[in-house]
Amino acid sequence: MIRMSKKSKAGKNETHLASASDLKKRIDSVLRLGNIAGADETEVQVDETIDALTRFANNAIHQNVAEHGMAISIRTVVDGRTARATTNRLDEDSLLAAVKSSLQLAHSQPKIPGLLPMPGKQRYRSVNRFTNETAATTPEDRARAVKKSCDLAIRNGQVAAGIFSTGQSQLALANSQGLFAAHRQTHAEFSITMQDEPAASWAKANSGDVRNFDPQKLAARASEKAQMAKDAQELAPGKYTVILEPAAVLDLVGFLFYDFAATAVADQRSCLLKRMNKPLFGKNISITDDAYHPQQLGAPFDGEGMPRQRVNLVENGVPRNLVYSRTSAKKAKTKPSGHGFALPNEYGEAPMNLVFSGGDCSLEKMIASTDRGLLVTRVWYIREVDPYEKIMTGMTRDGLYLVEKGKVTSAVRNFRFNQSLVQLLQNVEAMSPASRATAEEAFEMVVPAMKVNNFHLTEPTKF
Amino acid sequence: MWDLTTTALDTAKLRGATYADARSMHIRQRDLTTKNGAVGTLAQSESIGIGIRVLANGAWGFASTDKLTREGVSACAAQAVSVAKASALAKRGDVKMVQENAFIDSWQAPLQKDPFEIPLESQLDLLLKADAAMRAIKGVTLTETDMQFRKIDCWYASSIGSRIHQRKVISGCGIVATSFKGTEIQKRSYPNSFGGQYQLAGYELIESLDLVRHAPRVAEESVALHSAAQCPEKTGTLLLDGSQLGLQIHESVGHPIELDRVLGQEANFAGTSFLTLDKLNKLKYGSEIVNVVADARLAHGPGLGSFAYDDEGVPAQCTDIIKDGQFRGYLSNRETAQLIGLSRSSGTMRTESWNRLPIIRMTNISLKPGAGSPGELITGTDDGIWMETNRSWSIDDRRYQFQFSTEIAWEIKGGKKVRMLKNPSYSGITTEFWNSCDAICDKEYWTLWGTPNCGKGQPMQTMGTGHGAAPARFLNIKMGTAFSGQ
Repeated sequence: MIRMSKKSKAGKNETHLASASDLKKRIDSVLRLGNIAGADETEVQVDETIDALTRFANNAIHQNVAEHGMAISIRTVVDGRTARATTNRLDEDSLLAAVKSSLQLAHSQPKIPGLLPMPGKQRYRSVNRFTNETAATTPEDRARAVKKSCDLAIRNGQVAAGIFSTGQSQLALANSQGLFAAHRQTHAEFSITMQDEPAASWAKANSGDVRNFDPQKLAARASEKAQMAKDAQELAPGKYTVILEPAAVLDLVGFLFYDFAATAVADQRSCLLKRMNKPLFGKNISITDDAYHPQQLGAPFDGEGMPRQRVNLVENGVPRNLVYSRTSAKKAKTKPSGHGFALPNEYGEAPMNLVFSGGDCSLEKMIASTDRGLLVTRVWYIREVDPYEKIMTGMTRDGLYLVEKGKVTSAVRNFRFNQSLVQLLQNVEAMSPASRATAEEAFEMVVPAMKVNNFHLTEPTKF
Repeated sequence: MWDLTTTALDTAKLRGATYADARSMHIRQRDLTTKNGAVGTLAQSESIGIGIRVLANGAWGFASTDKLTREGVSACAAQAVSVAKASALAKRGDVKMVQENAFIDSWQAPLQKDPFEIPLESQLDLLLKADAAMRAIKGVTLTETDMQFRKIDCWYASSIGSRIHQRKVISGCGIVATSFKGTEIQKRSYPNSFGGQYQLAGYELIESLDLVRHAPRVAEESVALHSAAQCPEKTGTLLLDGSQLGLQIHESVGHPIELDRVLGQEANFAGTSFLTLDKLNKLKYGSEIVNVVADARLAHGPGLGSFAYDDEGVPAQCTDIIKDGQFRGYLSNRETAQLIGLSRSSGTMRTESWNRLPIIRMTNISLKPGAGSPGELITGTDDGIWMETNRSWSIDDRRYQFQFSTEIAWEIKGGKKVRMLKNPSYSGITTEFWNSCDAICDKEYWTLWGTPNCGKGQPMQTMGTGHGAAPARFLNIKMGTAFSGQ
């Protein structure tokens, strides 16, 4: 748990996001300029970010950064054509130049068949994802937490590396048809690698509220697992029962969800082609996209300003629903689900707030129930080998352990895997309750730990 | 801009910084894509701001702002000093750097045709023609094209007296045909996958690549792959085209030689390196014909890693990385050079934008050409597989074990390409792979490939890197593992 210094009590931080009235003023100004410049329709998006990240390695802070920026992105429509221009020069002349640039781009192309008019005013469900305590975190707060983690590493004869970041951001989207949407949130993240040469292990947490995780507990867990990762033995490649911690599940399944875009299916690049409404995964797999889940972050609207809807993507192993932008929804004669990207783009949409139903088996019970298997802390450098069977390759990293007769018995050298995600989700034997997980390759989601049979480990590495 | 960098340096000094540098950047970008004959993305952007890096109390701090007024920059510099003083709460010694000279210079990367001056209509027309040429081939189910241009102005000033302006223009384009049939999705790209080819060049690069001429072949191959035989699982002779070899260099030479990784500074995210300090000048990295340089000088070519000065004010250099197969050098900055006892930084500090801290990045990491042509490479191979155009890439966090798959391959028997193979892949251990290299084609077939999407750092930064390579041959390589047991 982060204890705030007296100087950094909520509300005392000198850096603030622009006020709601300031944002509205800027938006109205751009909409007026769009009208003056001859746009049939104008859309304006304002993004403001205040971020700070303290980075440490070799038991000391070696990089420490802070940034503050605001950008305005303008999409115009003229004569059935549309294009976008973005600038962070916020004076009236520069904004007018951006509007004109957008119009010039729009004019340069042929008419876009089926270009929809911009949407009008929408109603949004309110979400509160901003905490003053997180926004007020100072470099000194982060440095003190980092120092405690480094001191633990030194006491244990280990070397700590990681990050502690905090920040706040806001997004406002409006258009000349009367749509107005705004969202602000905070975020915090702590990640630590404990090196116990030649072994290492890792722990990470991410939340909208810095009080939701304790850097010292994460450091202690990484330290303990690094000690366990020493003296790794090399095992033969083959198909193993694996127990994937939530971060490993997240980074693997994260590559599946772009295929749930209606545009990806229409483009015939999705693994769900010919597979909708048929059993595809195990009956224990149910997945929703739910922007309103209490552990999720993000705005309650999409890049087009449409309200995000909760969508049941997979029900008891059967892919049931795709997500839709306004354009793909019109083509499919259905309603937009609030998952569209900012226009113009060629990808359409994607689910971004995934929630697995999970199970009721703890990680400890999974280990206890395993006669022979491997416990995987995290995976790394995952890439798609086959787009239809969703064969992914990658490496295990920072703690791979042998489980024998219900206990973790030793460390194992890291492996390369080549594993179909479709088959992985057919072979899930047990799951923990789902909770917000974070890793490095996929965006955060609410996922369980999983015990998976027949996971294909193809080649070991040297450590 | 110089007024603002001066304000930044003066304020940093007043607040207690013992060293400071300021980087004001103006970045303009244009993105065009098409899909299935229609315009996809059509966007232009600009971003301007200043990043200020300081040393105070013996530790680093960095802050950035887009408020380019004297007050905004002063506040940013003061914030950078405050951040540095917070860093000092968890330091293990004062930061030291090797000496560097001060430079006052202005440099512009050469280009023949400014892409921002070329009419948008003609740029889109080219993409739509290439798109149409691919769609004309029966069996193609998705066509995509893209074009991107960046113009970057950077005004760099440091407290040792440097004042350097650099302007770079980057251009790139590519086309992709995808074919879905049965239960397979096959794809072919030109001139490279994942965006195509990128260089430090103007619109002349786009014209030279002749997308429309190559479009029908790309489309035909994407369809033909459905009828091709599966790449066998075997250990044997592998021949790689230049673009795939460029990525192999990037992953298994470029990243492990980054000295920040070697020294543990990237351990939490990008990883470390098998190239520990004891291996310098001792490790036999490759066979005797393997010679790799890190060359940021324009004389090396218009690569994405070409510049006059790095983002720490150090002049562009050429460093031997592998010479006659022996490991000879790292990529360093002024701080890591000091840490391992080098006399000078190799000049590889680079930043994505004004709001990112410069970190050690690849410049142009290139395999020097050898002798002979691709034709001779093939006729000299009795039994092998030629693989072309990357489809996936993955390597462990110390850069030992890798696996790559490519879009297409051809089986070679008796010195001839005999049949197309689908779903090819190969894997291995970095040093074993490079030591198995027995032939590299000559300068005529050497291309300086651009990798525009290299991610590193926290917060993440995307950087363009250059990789010169000609087709080459490797012996006793494991192939086909990616699809085994599926």
